[in-house]
Amino acid sequence: MVVQMELISKRYGRQAALRSVDFSGDAGTVVALLGANGAGKTTLLRIIATLTQQDRGRYHAFGVEAWPRRRSIRARLGYVGHRPFVYPELTCAENLHFFARLFELDDAVLVVDRALQHAGLADRAERPAISLSRGLLQRLDLARATLHNPGLLVLDEPDTGLDVAGRDLLRQLMRERAETGALVIFTSHALDFAIEASNRIVTLVNGEVAADEPSAAVTLSGLEATIHGLREAVSVA
Amino acid sequence: MNRIGALIWKDVLIEARSRQFIGAMLAFTLIVIVTLNFAFDLIREQRETNGAGALWIAILFAGLIGIGRSIAVERDRGTLDGLILSPIEGGSLFLGKFGAALLSIIVVEAIALPVFAALYDLPALDPLVIGIVLAGSIGLAALGTLFSAVTSGIRSREVLLPLLLFPLLIPILIAAVRATANVFEGDRDGTLRWINLMLGFDAIFIVLSYLGFGFLIED
Repeated sequence: MVVQMELISKRYGRQAALRSVDFSGDAGTVVALLGANGAGKTTLLRIIATLTQQDRGRYHAFGVEAWPRRRSIRARLGYVGHRPFVYPELTCAENLHFFARLFELDDAVLVVDRALQHAGLADRAERPAISLSRGLLQRLDLARATLHNPGLLVLDEPDTGLDVAGRDLLRQLMRERAETGALVIFTSHALDFAIEASNRIVTLVNGEVAADEPSAAVTLSGLEATIHGLREAVSVA
Repeated sequence: MNRIGALIWKDVLIEARSRQFIGAMLAFTLIVIVTLNFAFDLIREQRETNGAGALWIAILFAGLIGIGRSIAVERDRGTLDGLILSPIEGGSLFLGKFGAALLSIIVVEAIALPVFAALYDLPALDPLVIGIVLAGSIGLAALGTLFSAVTSGIRSREVLLPLLLFPLLIPILIAAVRATANVFEGDRDGTLRWINLMLGFDAIFIVLSYLGFGFLIED
């Protein structure tokens, strides 16, 4: 297992973001983490990415307890958050070279060139990131997150701002990462995209895992019912 | 070293293109130097002491403008998580941010010192004064970077940063003003003990910041 979580809980003040969540993910899998706004998806992703520490529960990544060994885990982790981690004043190439140096990658020039090609940004390599559209910026951030060939790729709404071609590229990227043995975990509000792009779907409702099933067994209407129906039932109760 | 160099390179490149801080720091420094020059012109017999004070007021506040926001800018942009998630150690991250902050102060001082020397008619370009300014700037940049991390997540950080920073900077400021005034007055021998004191505090601040920085920027 790349990721193994047991009884993970997290509170922000009086608000419980996650309640005793069990979650695991194996190498070569693409997992879609779905749920309504406030269901706890981003909190769970941030804990998986070692950006936030859980209040309770056990979290192991790559076979070791995650928080105490977070430095070594981060070297094998790629993360795309709500906001891109790129610097608007730097060009696309400079941004990637900066992160290549932080990760001390060999053949950085080759790796960056390949990443720019792969993201469809080769012709914009020398343009400042500030000149990119939201979708192209997202592509650059995805290139940044996968630059060091991570074994765990965590993507928080990576399809935001992407057009059809961008979504195809994202789907292809996640599949390729999984084929090379990585675990890919992503969130999305586009349910049809999530079903197509994943092997497995985990649904969170009010900070709890409401469903965990193979994507092939999931229908769009069933998924909507799980996300919204259960949420309403819980709030009524 | 490669990672620290990458951090400094990144910050220098961003500042060179945006001129976000250096322009404001330089303008503030020159305004303070010119304004205090007119104020102190009335008391010429105390020009050396007052001049040293004016110089360090300008450097201190200019430093606050630039360094105080070095981590807050990363947090506001959302890029701090990107740095935290890279395999760089907290101490190396501190050294990178500290190095970039120190460079920005040095650039401002390189322009401000000749202006100060001309306006106040004091030997501000004396190598000993330049050494004192550098030693003081190291302490200012180290503590400023550390407390920029402490206050970066707080809404009222602009108010809190000086409140936290100034008391701790007092030893370096006193030493810097006294050492500078000594050189201006021609007492070079009395300067060395103040410089040693500054270097001692610089070392303490750098070591403490190096050790504590990683814990301060984590969630």
